[in-house]
Amino acid sequence: MAFENLSAKLQEVFKQLRGKGVLTEDDVKAAMREVKIALLEADVNFKIVKDFIKTVTDRAVGVEVLQGLNPGQQVIKIVNEELISLMGSTQSRLTYSNRPPTVYMMVGLQGAGKTTSSGKLAGQLRKQGRNPLLVACDIYRPAAIKQLQVVGKNYGIPVFEMGTEVSPVEISKKALEYAAEQHHDVVLIDTAGRLHINEELMQELLDIKATVRPQEVLLVVDAMTGQDAVTVAGSFDSQLGVDGIIMTKLDGDARGGAALSVRSVTNKPIKYIGMGEKMEDLEPFYPDRMASRILGMGDVLSLIDKV
Amino acid sequence: DKTRKNIMGGVDAVLGGFTQIDEDLFEELEEALIMADMGVQTTMSIVENLRKRVKREHATDPSLIKGMLADEITTILSDGVQEEESLPNPSVILVIGVNGVGKTTTIGKLASRYKSEGRTVLLAAADTFRAAAIDQLEVWGQRSGIEVIKQEENSDPAAVVFDAVHAAKNQKSDLLICDTAGRLHNKKNLMEELRKIGKVIEREHPNAHKEVYLVLDATTGQNALQQAKLFQEVADITGIILTKLDGTAKGGIVVAIKSELQIPVRYIGVGESINDLQKFDAREFAKALFGE
Ligand SMILES: Nc1nc2c(ncn2[C@@H]2O[C@H](COP(=O)(O)OP(=O)(O)OP(=O)(O)O)[C@@H](O)[C@H]2O)c(=O)[nH]1
Ligand SMILES: Nc1nc2c(ncn2[C@@H]2O[C@H](COP(=O)(O)OP(=O)(O)OP(=O)(O)O)[C@@H](O)[C@H]2O)c(=O)[nH]1
Ligand SMILES: [Mg+2]
Ligand SMILES: [Mg+2]
Repeated sequence: MAFENLSAKLQEVFKQLRGKGVLTEDDVKAAMREVKIALLEADVNFKIVKDFIKTVTDRAVGVEVLQGLNPGQQVIKIVNEELISLMGSTQSRLTYSNRPPTVYMMVGLQGAGKTTSSGKLAGQLRKQGRNPLLVACDIYRPAAIKQLQVVGKNYGIPVFEMGTEVSPVEISKKALEYAAEQHHDVVLIDTAGRLHINEELMQELLDIKATVRPQEVLLVVDAMTGQDAVTVAGSFDSQLGVDGIIMTKLDGDARGGAALSVRSVTNKPIKYIGMGEKMEDLEPFYPDRMASRILGMGDVLSLIDKV
Repeated sequence: DKTRKNIMGGVDAVLGGFTQIDEDLFEELEEALIMADMGVQTTMSIVENLRKRVKREHATDPSLIKGMLADEITTILSDGVQEEESLPNPSVILVIGVNGVGKTTTIGKLASRYKSEGRTVLLAAADTFRAAAIDQLEVWGQRSGIEVIKQEENSDPAAVVFDAVHAAKNQKSDLLICDTAGRLHNKKNLMEELRKIGKVIEREHPNAHKEVYLVLDATTGQNALQQAKLFQEVADITGIILTKLDGTAKGGIVVAIKSELQIPVRYIGVGESINDLQKFDAREFAKALFGE
């Protein structure tokens, strides 16, 4: 893959540089071309790449070439640090309401992984000793309710549904009453997939949100998303207000540049990643791991870290 | 129409401000192509060709650029592609792709389309893995009055396809469309399962015409190229169906896929309803990318 050799390419760029004291603007410029291509091939949004390159350039110009590191490695080190810092540096956890039930609302584009993630999350919360309720608010997709019921049954989580003839707002309202009666301390609302440009359906989310006052609105984003990730995430966030992000399908081989795009456009933390279709496959998000993944160079980075 | 309206934008705004064709303009074009998920390599080569043409034709008017870009992209997309003939009877269509791209929905739309051509159609529920995948396909089947051949959840998908092929032969169905579970292309065992399904179809229905459609989500970025490469290793992909073009994503990666792997796009998905499937038109797609 074009990317595995970012490190090699940077070596090439800096070939003549060995022994020189500091990185000049010209040295860095040539290196940044390679970094830029690498990030674009990882699907980081073009505009974010532009800003990012500026930041890294500012940091790299004038840097003294350290003993034991070649200039290429040094640039990668800076790139890596900046990537991590852009992605939030520390792990961010789910928050709970101090007046139960804690309500989470799952939202996102069609097919992103909302229903699957709702199930996984409910299953994991159950394992931690909570008593979650799944709520079927997707009345549009064929067999969406059945899908949630099957997932719920597999993990032993009750599913609240009212069929497809009642509005999702009404369903969510009744679900909260039911949760109170049944002493559920967590309520997970699975909503239908929708486009961020569909005004009617975005309004529906706003109405559900006003009804259930969720602790967190979780935006589910497919890790394979390309340049449009900023439009989608930015749009969901500005219209609805997003509190956290779940990035799915990272068990594939996508570089996941969308993580960076989504994070920088919303400034909301990525809370979980989906690493498969089973319950255990929902994992915490580590910004540093994501950075090496985007750069496609885990090994190189751990080497540099040791220096 | 629906697709055009949402695909438009972007380049139009870019080109507005230019009074001459210069390096700045080419740079803006590069940006727009990359933002459409065309990928760095494909973008570079398209813009390079454009530069050459501008030079060759001594073009100076920036308003000509859009047309030239559309030409360039149309050429890539239609180069060597046979206008798809109407499918012969009998045909077996296998629909494959990663998770959540729109396989089952597309099958629902295709089935309805073929039925309205007056053909008899059968569906095979060979996604036995995902929760309620069979129910979902059955709803689509009911919508156009088409029978779904199925087994229990978690049964062997190749066995479902085997049954379905025999049902299709017995009933003398014109077309059989097989749904499969979404799978990521880097999962070896799941990809082998797909190869096996292909073999069953070949063995049990040797005389039928075969189509294998790879479904790609227009929202997907550069990874779609990798998807196409790895799915191609286990299945003879005959065409791509590009879904979710009713959003704001442009689906430009199909240009890269066509130029690298020679796989043509056959249909586009432009919504969740039964009629939201259109024949792919390279010129329309290229023009729509740039708001022509
Ligand atoms: N490999 C993999 N597949 C996933 C992951 N998360 C979800 N999926 C799969 O992606 C597909 C879509 O998931 P759903 O949960 O149905 O997505 P959704 O967002 O609810 O879809 P809609 O309700 O149609 O909008 C299914 O095949 C899931 O099994 C993941 O982390 N890894
Ligand atoms: N907006 C839009 N949504 C679509 C389109 N095609 C499919 N969808 C939606 O995308 C989601 C996933 O579609 P499915 O047909 O279940 O996808 P799949 O590939 O069969 O998914 P798995 O079987 O889980 O891998 C559903 O919510 C569909 O309604 C399209 O062209 N436009
Ligand atoms: Mg769902
Ligand atoms: Mg399906």
